[in-house]
Amino acid sequence: MKVSFPHMGYSPIAFKWLLENIGHECIMPPEPSKKTLDLGVRYSPEFACIPFKILTGTYLEVVEAGAELILTSGGMGPCRAGYYWVMHQYLLEELGKDVKVMAFELPLCDLKDFWKKLRYLRKTGGVSAKEFVEKVKITWEKIKAIDDLEIRSHELRPLETKRGETTRKLDLALDMVDQANTSEQIEDARQEGLKLLNAMTLDKSRNPLKVGIIGEIYVVLEPAANHYLQIMLGEMGVQTDRSIYLSSYTRKNTIVNLEGDIFKMAQPYLNEAPIGGHGVNSIGETVLYAKHGFDGVVQLAPFACIPEIVAKSIIPSVSRDLDIPVLTMFIDEQTGKAGVQTRLEAFVDLMEYKREKKFSKEESLVI
Amino acid sequence: MAKIGIPRTLAYFSYYPFWETFFSQLGHEVVVSSPTSKAILDKGVKEAVNDACIPIKIYHGHVADLAGRVDFIFCPRMVSVRKYGDFGTETFCPKFLGLPDMVRLSMSELPPIIDVRVDLKQGRKAMDQVCQEIGRLLGNPEKEVESAQKKATAVQKKYDRLLQQEILPDEAMTMALTPGATPQSSQPVQPDLKIAVLGYPYTIYDHYLNVGLLSILRKENVKVYTQDMLRNKTMNKYGQTLPKNMFWYYSNRAVNATLYYLDRPDIDGIIHVTAFACGPDSMVDRLMEIETHRRSKLPFLSVAIDEHTAETGVRTRVEAFLDMLRYRRESL
Ligand code: SF4
Ligand code: SF4
Repeated sequence: MKVSFPHMGYSPIAFKWLLENIGHECIMPPEPSKKTLDLGVRYSPEFACIPFKILTGTYLEVVEAGAELILTSGGMGPCRAGYYWVMHQYLLEELGKDVKVMAFELPLCDLKDFWKKLRYLRKTGGVSAKEFVEKVKITWEKIKAIDDLEIRSHELRPLETKRGETTRKLDLALDMVDQANTSEQIEDARQEGLKLLNAMTLDKSRNPLKVGIIGEIYVVLEPAANHYLQIMLGEMGVQTDRSIYLSSYTRKNTIVNLEGDIFKMAQPYLNEAPIGGHGVNSIGETVLYAKHGFDGVVQLAPFACIPEIVAKSIIPSVSRDLDIPVLTMFIDEQTGKAGVQTRLEAFVDLMEYKREKKFSKEESLVI
Repeated sequence: MAKIGIPRTLAYFSYYPFWETFFSQLGHEVVVSSPTSKAILDKGVKEAVNDACIPIKIYHGHVADLAGRVDFIFCPRMVSVRKYGDFGTETFCPKFLGLPDMVRLSMSELPPIIDVRVDLKQGRKAMDQVCQEIGRLLGNPEKEVESAQKKATAVQKKYDRLLQQEILPDEAMTMALTPGATPQSSQPVQPDLKIAVLGYPYTIYDHYLNVGLLSILRKENVKVYTQDMLRNKTMNKYGQTLPKNMFWYYSNRAVNATLYYLDRPDIDGIIHVTAFACGPDSMVDRLMEIETHRRSKLPFLSVAIDEHTAETGVRTRVEAFLDMLRYRRESL
């Protein structure tokens, strides 16, 4: 069957591999572009959040390319994302498209449904249960390798001496992961890729600003949706730590995962969890980044994103109490790259100024 | 004895009779904020985060209206009132969930806020604890609270029954709260048209917010049907005909009631009142529209309201819609 899925950051590499190795044809979702967005805006409800619109656009593109089945995630709320697939199915039907949107609800909520859908995928692909499990495991390895490489790139980019080198090396490294077919090969690709990145000429004398990236999952994970904000910051000489990676739920590879209960961190400010999306996380993560001595936090959210609005009304208090600057960026279809750049530059200036002030204060204390 | 301020919006339209009775039985004085007005709206716009939806802004305005003249603001955290949905996880809209914190952190000089958490997913029993918690806060003994709760529950039942008799909230509230009040229906006895007006109670019943939609309809001799006139059981049955339920209480009610009214042969049309920048409504509205067209031939009108909605604009659109319905009836 011709199967597709939403585009999220670098993850399509892994999902493509999975589909092709369980006997399906993968219709690769294109990286969201102006065309994707235009299509999405045209056929989505006016006030739908931007991830919804981009997905509408993506789905129309993959249907055009022949997709018969679109796999996505479900969710039990309380935010809109868990209802996306239902709406998308409605909208695609209204447009006369013959495609099925299949959502995997969290196994936690509906285990039977989850197995049923997996079985369907396996049967239509024609692989044995054992093979299937095997392939899923390898896919997971790929996702982890991809995340590791990306994390490293965000650490190194602010130190690069040749502008754009990190991005080029990362692409090479990701290609190697793309080619790998077994767990061993993936591990090799990961090691080789990290070596490539580490071998760049770096200016270690710099002491880059450190910024935490928080907010709603889709705009945080999809660089095309946030105008490649992390790369932009990196090239301005800022090190970024992102609160969400696809593999982060099970691993301790980011600051956020090192600490225990993010909801607890948020509790002094918002005494209710969850409120949907990443609303509570955003508050807790701001606290966390402040405690870890970060210079600032960027909150990324779709325009009119419900939980992030709740978070935004609360974050100023956190920012004041813990003395950490927070830049909130609401993203919609009108957001342009230049606008993002200008706001980031101003934010970087502010953080630098703060740092200088702090240092001079410390110095005067020594004297 | 304390003065308890209750904002006249959001859950007010659903549960005011309960809280009014409860607090007065305990010997406290209930102060309701003034009906929504330009002044309240302006205050709300000033106080709330600017990306919030209009009903949340208005809520801030009502809190500001009460601030100087009460001892407590009653702003319960409405989490859920039932176990519902595909995973039993239905809640109120996320903005309700964070409401007390939003209010507290974005407004200054507020009296203490009573922000008890109302989560009845585990059953109605949880309400006992909610009431006792308030009682403890206000210094009322347990026994007193118990009997106040009982009284309040009875009054609320009466209110719900009145709504089910197709009486609108304004009037049903007076009738439920003033013993001996005679019914004096605000609905026409011999309506020319019957229209299902669906949406959130705080968009449908707030006359200022929807620029007098209900009175426009009244003048045109239209009988109004809303989701609040239906029993849960009826709505839930219709909810099961969807691929998946939504996650939000008020949205589910609006959607499921739409499906029900589509099946009623005497209904002439559907009006959806939706708030500008409302997250859930971006889906609710399209879903209602698509289902209306799939399941019936009924005309569908969506009225979006925001702080700049002009009365004439709504009036013109609604009148045109009614003309169309009348024309349609004649040609059927
Ligand atoms: S979290 Fe925000 S972007 Fe995601 S579905 Fe909810 S409102 Fe939309
Ligand atoms: S349901 Fe819509 S209108 Fe109501 S509080 Fe939530 S976002 Fe606002």
